[in-house]
Amino acid sequence: MAFSVEEIREKTRKITEPWRERNGGLIPILQAVQAQLGYLPQEALETISRELKIPPSEIYGVATFYAQFHLKPRGRHVVRVCRGTACHVRGSLKILEKVKNLIGVGENETTEDLRFTIEPVACLGACGLAPVMMVDTQTFGRLVPDMVKGILDKFE
Amino acid sequence: MTIFRSHVLICGGTGCTSSGAAEVIGSFKQELARRKLDGEVLVVPTGCHGMCEMGPIVVVYPEGTFYCKVTANDVPEIVEEHIYKGRPVQRLMYEGSGDMPALPHYKDIPFYGKQHRIALANCGYINPENIDEYIARGGYEALGKAITSMTPAQVIDEVKTSGLRGRGGGGFPTGLKWSFCAAAGGEKKYVICNADEGDPGAFMDRSILEGDPHSVIEGMMLGAYAMGADEGYIYCRAEYPLAIERLKQAITAAEGYGLLGDSIMNSSFSFHLHIKEGAGAFVCGEETALMGSIEGRRGMPRPRPPFPANSGLWGYPTNINNVETWANVPQIISNGGEWYASMGTEKSKGTKVFALTGKVKHTGLVEVPMGITLREIVFDIGGGILNDKKFKAVQIGGPSGGCLTEEHLDTPVSYESLTALGAIMGSGGLVVMDEDNCMVDVAKFFLEFTQKESCGKCVPCREGTKHMLLLLEKITEGKGTMEDLDTLEELAHMVRDMSLCGLGQTAPNPVLTTLRYFREEYIAHIRDKRCPAGACTALLRYTILQDVCKKCGICAKNCPVHCIPGDRNSGYRIETDKCIRCGTCFEKCPFGAIEKK
Repeated sequence: MAFSVEEIREKTRKITEPWRERNGGLIPILQAVQAQLGYLPQEALETISRELKIPPSEIYGVATFYAQFHLKPRGRHVVRVCRGTACHVRGSLKILEKVKNLIGVGENETTEDLRFTIEPVACLGACGLAPVMMVDTQTFGRLVPDMVKGILDKFE
Repeated sequence: MTIFRSHVLICGGTGCTSSGAAEVIGSFKQELARRKLDGEVLVVPTGCHGMCEMGPIVVVYPEGTFYCKVTANDVPEIVEEHIYKGRPVQRLMYEGSGDMPALPHYKDIPFYGKQHRIALANCGYINPENIDEYIARGGYEALGKAITSMTPAQVIDEVKTSGLRGRGGGGFPTGLKWSFCAAAGGEKKYVICNADEGDPGAFMDRSILEGDPHSVIEGMMLGAYAMGADEGYIYCRAEYPLAIERLKQAITAAEGYGLLGDSIMNSSFSFHLHIKEGAGAFVCGEETALMGSIEGRRGMPRPRPPFPANSGLWGYPTNINNVETWANVPQIISNGGEWYASMGTEKSKGTKVFALTGKVKHTGLVEVPMGITLREIVFDIGGGILNDKKFKAVQIGGPSGGCLTEEHLDTPVSYESLTALGAIMGSGGLVVMDEDNCMVDVAKFFLEFTQKESCGKCVPCREGTKHMLLLLEKITEGKGTMEDLDTLEELAHMVRDMSLCGLGQTAPNPVLTTLRYFREEYIAHIRDKRCPAGACTALLRYTILQDVCKKCGICAKNCPVHCIPGDRNSGYRIETDKCIRCGTCFEKCPFGAIEKK
């Protein structure tokens, strides 16, 4: 899913358009751009800056403040291992270690073939099923390290 | 309207969905259609029943039979036996004991026995995607009552009488907060629902939004009417996609019925509601940071005053309450403040939802009257400790809370009693820990979290939490000194007293409470270089118990660093200096011949 600079600018302009005269658009715009492009390329941030007349420094500040935004391309599948309290006391660190071992990259990193990105999260709110991980939008609960491989294999 | 002779309620909450509830729903629909029962029996996907551990949960009405851990394969049997022949399926019921081997109803199950559901009243009973079901359970009655027969001041008085306090953690009296915003001048005002439930270990807000979104919307409308606001925002975590989806549907449905929008119920009251998705920052649960985020800035707190009641969102008077607080409001207005105040303790009224998790038999959401003891929650409702291990501590209030011990179990739960012990009510996360959990590790875990989430604006929080974390890491690696404990305590007090917002002010709580109640564990790490719970990897030693070992060689085969030399004749031993303490041998040994110390 690679876009040309022109495409990036065009898509970003379309998303920004309805917010030009309204307040509070920056975060929803960044969310929408990321949803379409998968991440926030520099060209997109520059376009938003020109369209909304907000300095790039401020946009960069917002984009780097929130955990949700990514300035680099991400994998086709995002593996979110819950590191919340309930999961921690039921052994989520071992799950995370297993995921890292199997995929071969560290936390918040992406494999070279863009298959997986590993992203530990603070809490997925499924504490009743601890330890939990999510791959894309699917939740897997009551995990033990040996279950991880079977789950990851389902995602190409 | 079609009348159905039976309703099959299937939990569609996040917990049950990941345990396979969607397949169960599909299977029921298919099976009922196959037997041509789909005209008589209605399948209703509901919100969370709270007992996530036992999911997927299915309740069959009119009998109200409660089935747990139902899989798609069980469905033909339930349809055949229960729905077709009228014989409930015993084997899928909750397992009782003694004379009652199977418990078919909610009320008999200990998990529900002590609960009193107000904020969660509709969760699990109605289809959250159908506004008619909410209305049928008395929904939007409170709004009608307020608009047609109460002045805004009367609504505030009723909330004041109820004694309701902020359920997000602070515990500030809700009615009083409203009166400040009501008194603020100006034409434009906002109400905001804080649904940025960031505390790890808490998921009550998620369940309310997913299971009963209209109660939150109605609560916000009552607040808006009372304070003179005409616009509202729900700031919801992006990690809760289902909650956002349900809220969107609920808002559209309410607008369709004229319950949201201009001139509601032909009155002069108008209210417009928007959803804002959070972008992943824990500090945005702090109200001034949250407003900054809605405005499209970095979510950083600012000093107060001015308070949001006078200068909030875009400078207008604003009132923020969290999901659970708003969800209580409609029932307070319907049933009266006196009714709500009749529950709870002198200063903490009503009920509180707790997320009971960790090493407890029945994890899930429980709503109990204030004043209940921790023992009742952990042992009577939660069924005690998993695998019958020994209770060690309960961590209450999330990363801002504290760890309490056995001796505090009989404390009645209220805002004041918990604060006195060094913990806080917080959002209501209750994480139970057993003898295998190391309290130093737990303190480190929480500090890692707060340190990562510190926004960096004020120095005490940014630098203080970092250095506290470094000290804790040093201690868990066995390199700590007794002086480090004093430094840690001093830093903790400094961060607590000098930070700008609640995040920093409460971040030292886990450290302070564990130092207070589990000091000997810290000392064991420092003086004896030993982790009593066997949790701190760097201090662990794995050895093979030669008299138990059967010389099978499984440990040696599985060791990722090949540090278990030996053969099937002479036996095996672990080379400690090469061992990376991964615990693989410990887990793989079929004879329990490996000791972890």
